[in-house]
Amino acid sequence: MDLFENSRLILGTGGANSLAALEEAIVASGTDLVTVALRRVDAAGPGLLPMLDRLGVRVLPNTAGCYTAGDAVKTARLARDAFETDLIKLEVIGDERTLLPDGVELLRAAEELAADGFTVLPYTSDDPILARRLADVGCAAVMPAGSPIGSGLGISNPHHIRLIRQSVDVPVVLDAGIGTASDAALAMELGCDAVLIASAVTRADEPAAMAAAMRHAVLAGRLAFEAGRIPKRFHALASTSDEGRARW
Amino acid sequence: MRLTVNGKPFEGDTPSVLALVESITEARRGVAVAVNGEVVPRSTWNVTKLGDGDSVEVLTAAQGG
Repeated sequence: MDLFENSRLILGTGGANSLAALEEAIVASGTDLVTVALRRVDAAGPGLLPMLDRLGVRVLPNTAGCYTAGDAVKTARLARDAFETDLIKLEVIGDERTLLPDGVELLRAAEELAADGFTVLPYTSDDPILARRLADVGCAAVMPAGSPIGSGLGISNPHHIRLIRQSVDVPVVLDAGIGTASDAALAMELGCDAVLIASAVTRADEPAAMAAAMRHAVLAGRLAFEAGRIPKRFHALASTSDEGRARW
Repeated sequence: MRLTVNGKPFEGDTPSVLALVESITEARRGVAVAVNGEVVPRSTWNVTKLGDGDSVEVLTAAQGG
């Protein structure tokens, strides 16, 4: 299965003010893959899944809020039963302040879930070695953070994202930290196969408009990557030939 | 029968997991259940009995990144 056959943009559903605003953003983004969390029925409220079904988008369940491998594995198994999908966005958080991944627990959970037949998409740090280890244990993609979740700081270490792209044979998805369209375009220009965006869209003043911006940014960034950019140089290189210029 | 359902005390005539789920939500797709920390697959809800003191989590889709 090609994860990103129809869209290289995965939309996170967290942070939206209302289901109606979320629906508009999903449509405007052009995505066909959106994340959902698993919560107690009394807290979750109705309507999300029927809306996603109506739009015909696929569900990517996450393990948000898990701090140990055991917790994350259990949540993933519950999600598989609930949503009848092997896809799992694996999150094992290290601390509340940064919401950055706990690499040790993450790798442990990824290995167990991959062996159990899950299509594991781990939210990881921008560490190229950890990314390679996650691919080695059978993850279907790696999803490095550009910067902390919800920070909007963009890609703090583009060099590492490029290194990760070179280190693994599975798709690379820039997850977390994107603030605006240029961040998404940069991720694609660095060679990422897709981006996962939540807060930057759902918490924008106009979520649907930002979703459309992200859609175009991802397309533009990917096209630029495939087109092959010019190398950066220190001095100018004239684009107009001097040959045939009038002389006085 | 006294249960703990989603962290709260629950009293009702719900001998099976299926009966409990039906008593608290109309949704079927997108619902998952754990009893005493163990996942109970949907296919076994009707034959999985609940007993006094069991702790049950009934979960479903929520917005989340």
